[in-house]
Amino acid sequence: MTLFNYSYEDTVIHRLSGLTKLLGFLMLTGVVMYTYDIRIFLFILVFSFTLLRIAHIPLRKLKLVFLYVGIFLVINFFLAYLFSPDYGTEVYGSSTLIFQIAGNYDVTWEQLFYQVSKLLKYASVIPLGIIFLFTTDPSEFASSLNTIFVPYKVTYAVALTLRHFPDIQKEYTTISKAQQARGLDISKKTSFWHRFRNAVATMVPLIFSSLERIDVITNAMHLRGFSKHRTRTWYSFRPMKAPDGVALAICLAVVAGAACIAIFVNHGRFYNPFV
Amino acid sequence: MAKDPVIEFSGFSFTYFAQKHPTIKDLDLTIGRGEKVLVVGPSGSGKSTLGNCINGLIPFSYEGEMRGSLTVAGTIVKDAGVFELSKTVGTVMQDSDAQFVALSVAEDIAFALENDRVAQDEMKERVKTVSALVGVEKLLGQSPQELSGGQKQRTSMAGILVDDVDILLFDEPLANLDPKTGKTAIELIDEIHRGRRLDAGVHGEESPPRTTIIIEHRIEDVLHRDVDRIILVDGGVVIADLPPHEMIASGLLLEHGLREPLYVTALRHAGVAITAEMKPAYIHSIDLTQGREALREWYTSVTLSEPPPPGDDVLSIQNLDFEYYPDRPVLTDVNLTVRAGDMLSVVGTNGAGKSTLAKVICRFEEHGTDSVFFRGEDAVDMTITERASFVGFVMQNPNQMITQVQIFDEVASGLKHRKVPEAEIERRVVKVLEICGLERFRQWPISALSYGQKKRVTIASILVLDPKVIILDEPTAGQDYRHYTDIMEFLKKINELGVTVILITHDMHLMLEYTPRSVLLSDGKIIADTSSSEVLTSPDLVERASLKETSLFHLAGKTGIDDPKSLVDRFIEFEREAVR
Repeated sequence: MTLFNYSYEDTVIHRLSGLTKLLGFLMLTGVVMYTYDIRIFLFILVFSFTLLRIAHIPLRKLKLVFLYVGIFLVINFFLAYLFSPDYGTEVYGSSTLIFQIAGNYDVTWEQLFYQVSKLLKYASVIPLGIIFLFTTDPSEFASSLNTIFVPYKVTYAVALTLRHFPDIQKEYTTISKAQQARGLDISKKTSFWHRFRNAVATMVPLIFSSLERIDVITNAMHLRGFSKHRTRTWYSFRPMKAPDGVALAICLAVVAGAACIAIFVNHGRFYNPFV
Repeated sequence: MAKDPVIEFSGFSFTYFAQKHPTIKDLDLTIGRGEKVLVVGPSGSGKSTLGNCINGLIPFSYEGEMRGSLTVAGTIVKDAGVFELSKTVGTVMQDSDAQFVALSVAEDIAFALENDRVAQDEMKERVKTVSALVGVEKLLGQSPQELSGGQKQRTSMAGILVDDVDILLFDEPLANLDPKTGKTAIELIDEIHRGRRLDAGVHGEESPPRTTIIIEHRIEDVLHRDVDRIILVDGGVVIADLPPHEMIASGLLLEHGLREPLYVTALRHAGVAITAEMKPAYIHSIDLTQGREALREWYTSVTLSEPPPPGDDVLSIQNLDFEYYPDRPVLTDVNLTVRAGDMLSVVGTNGAGKSTLAKVICRFEEHGTDSVFFRGEDAVDMTITERASFVGFVMQNPNQMITQVQIFDEVASGLKHRKVPEAEIERRVVKVLEICGLERFRQWPISALSYGQKKRVTIASILVLDPKVIILDEPTAGQDYRHYTDIMEFLKKINELGVTVILITHDMHLMLEYTPRSVLLSDGKIIADTSSSEVLTSPDLVERASLKETSLFHLAGKTGIDDPKSLVDRFIEFEREAVR
């Protein structure tokens, strides 16, 4: 699996400007970050999975991403409980015991509700990020970032990284195979520490060959006038069009809706079903 | 001297920052407007530095001290920057893969325009025109990485032509190309030099030739088309600056570690004195009225020795199919038998499946119905590590293999991983270092070694595992004649010690001079498995494997030798006996 594999498909989402997608991503994640309302999280989760479908991103392509995120969330879930088992009670101002474990480690409905909400909070952001990475043409994105006053040298660096990512991954595989041929064992048969050290050994040649590569690209870019002027134009720039407006309007509506719920219904960030 | 000079070095020296001695010393050189010159020199001669002075990378990217003066198209380089010069000088660098910056061909061609703040509409228009000029107009939407070698060359040329520059600078344009693509590249460079200008299609006007500078050590390949002058650089000074015929006749190229055209070498072997009057620079121009008899005499005097008896099967592949993605086969029904003591070339275009074949043999690529046999035994159950004890793979770029700081540790690493006892490791590493001529450097840091020495280290680190077969991917890519000979003679020695050597290569000289047998891959199929001399004198095979005929083939035609293969065989025999 490769992580940043933009490939063009003709869907509404692919056709949107990179800037629209970035703003949409920021707005929706902003909503998720600010509020603490499980209903909003569920809504965003459903919404983002719908977008995945519209963008023709098959879920099986994302198996590994979901696996890693899943592991992270589960670990996070237990650690959160371990470090502050009473946080839910603190937040919601009540305590409804489900069962006792020992010491302060009681399990309350408040804590459980708080942690399930938190889990969904993280889970609902991931698909949004995936959509952004999978449907945005890196250079087009660089050009649209540039329009909102991010210096083009920075945006171009981002685009170049995205472009070279698959090459570097491929190179890593080859280097790693060559090391394995010499007897370096990175399979699950050896200890974690051993595997870690071996993986680092594989990184050394990768870093050196990447440095060589960077040197060549930098020269090639300068020879063709990169960084000559303070601004530049973009071949693949796509101006905002009607669908961009619609997309932004939808996102704004979600933001407004969430804000209304926070102000008028929840009277704060948290949705409290325990009052 | 050239009239209307456009590039003028005068008493020019350059010393890289942190280096004691100048790389270019007190250089005087003038290149006139519209000239086409070939700059040649061995590795480290300063020829690339010369190029980087012309395009402004020096002193922009490489700091150092400049003395004397250099003017390019009226601009004094010391005061100008790389940007100012990029409007006048267009540079195509060696590694066209690495110089692509964009995700699509169109965008890459437009790169210089983007940096110049050209409006989008005009940009699209100009990209269209220039892409039609070099013949990539149908590929605009593709990713540069997906192109063939030749298409990549064309795209990078379009990327500099889009600026309508006056001076074209090619820094080793042939380094990564197969012979046939290289030949087309030289033709394309020639046409663009002759003034197929950007606006020719639009206005239909004739325009003067563009100044063209080609830096290359593959002299014979560049001389596929005419050049005005050849400039020989070595040790940072101009050794000779002569018209091509005089340069070839002078014999200076060989003296400075460069390879002469093969037909010239053959004529010299036959005792023919090469003079400028014979017009020896191009195979199409050379006059052989004097040389013909001598060559024919020499031809009959060389007797071919018997080939050694074939060894036992050491590696065989039966009915191998391989694909990365369903229905896109990379290898189809490959059958190959390699015998102990063989030294053979696997040749074919980029993407023909050469590297994949090697990777499948070594299990770098997992394959379900593997049909690889080591000494007649099915290797299907052997892991990548187990296979490596039998067949070693040396990658093209040594930096992709080296993980340790010191030479000894690097070479020992395969044994350490295999838990071989200390004392035995010591013994085996020392022995391999001796074979590889590296014993003096035992405790050296690898970073202090030259490219060729690093290559030896990687070969040593494979040899220490005592494999029966080693496969090398492009072992001599980018190397000049001297380093090429070093590496190849070393491999020959290893081969004589009993290791079977398989070389993945585009290099026709290598095929001819070192590997009696060649296996040709095309679209994942083996289309020929025969003697190298046969391959390189067969127009059909040459065409299908994207090679080019050796100039000895044409020499045979010109001197009335009916059997070009036999001439090639005798040439190889003679070189083996007399020269080495």
